[in-house]
Amino acid sequence: MAKAKGAIVVDIEKCKGCSVCVSACPAQVINLAAEVNDKGYHYAYMENPDNCIGCANCGVVCPDTCITVYRAKPVTA
Amino acid sequence: MDIKEIIKEENIVYKKTSVLTDKVMHYCPGCTHGVVHKLVAEVIEEMGLQEKTIGVSPVGCSVFLYDYIDIDWQEAAHGRAPALATGIKRLMPDKVVFTYQGDGDLAAIGTAETIHACNRDENIVVIFINNGIYGMTGGQMAPTTLPGMKASTCPFGREPGQDGHPLKITEIVAQLPGTTFVTRQACHTPAAVRKTKKVLKKAFENQINKRGTSFVEVVATCNSGWKMSPVKANEWMEENMFPFYPLGDIKDI
Repeated sequence: MAKAKGAIVVDIEKCKGCSVCVSACPAQVINLAAEVNDKGYHYAYMENPDNCIGCANCGVVCPDTCITVYRAKPVTA
Repeated sequence: MDIKEIIKEENIVYKKTSVLTDKVMHYCPGCTHGVVHKLVAEVIEEMGLQEKTIGVSPVGCSVFLYDYIDIDWQEAAHGRAPALATGIKRLMPDKVVFTYQGDGDLAAIGTAETIHACNRDENIVVIFINNGIYGMTGGQMAPTTLPGMKASTCPFGREPGQDGHPLKITEIVAQLPGTTFVTRQACHTPAAVRKTKKVLKKAFENQINKRGTSFVEVVATCNSGWKMSPVKANEWMEENMFPFYPLGDIKDI
């Protein structure tokens, strides 16, 4: 069975770079960016987008609710 | 599969609930308050209670809670939230009433109000955020501070002989005949967050079924007050807070 494919969209300006999502991710998808947002925080982004399974763990633990999670049904080849 | 094919409206599995406002929360990065606010908002949305719920916000870090959840609110004097909630619920029994309080508000200045509201069988939900420190005022020792835990007013760690013992208010409240559901949860992992959401839902259902006081404690972190990174604070909480404040249902009748 093919793995479900997921993706996240981070509201960069709302993210405070607490990195709770980084440690909650079971597939090591998320990391903090080298760049900062307007508030000076290193925001979260998808470092390894191919690994994302759309489990929504990051969205669930995010204290600022700035992560939207998407999951597509796997395409059977 | 291209990422643009995944990011589509119909593929959304998790997004911000519309009950939360778009305002950026003033909390420090990684604060547990943000998670619990979100859970309360999600529960209110899922149960369709947005027009019926009245929250009572406390004094403490979460004092601006009325800016973040789009329901009716009343701001209480410090520690008096359960007394105010009593009045609201008795005057408007059709509304769903909850208080949201920190440990300084609920277990220090508001101990009397908390205990008596729970003892009177008031049909309200009390949400108690316990991070063992006074976060808003600069990390002073709270009644819930652990023995040996450092705070700005006990820089060498709390000494029970001199500073008193930590107060397990949730266990005290569980002994009272007025409470129906008393539980202690946390929000340090995705599984714990999902569990806390279930528990909050049950507490609100209890109120709708007129079953008396539901008391939900959430053991939380205060990474600024504890002087740790958010992830480190979660680990510290698991190692040190959970042995003293064990998670789970204390009373469920």
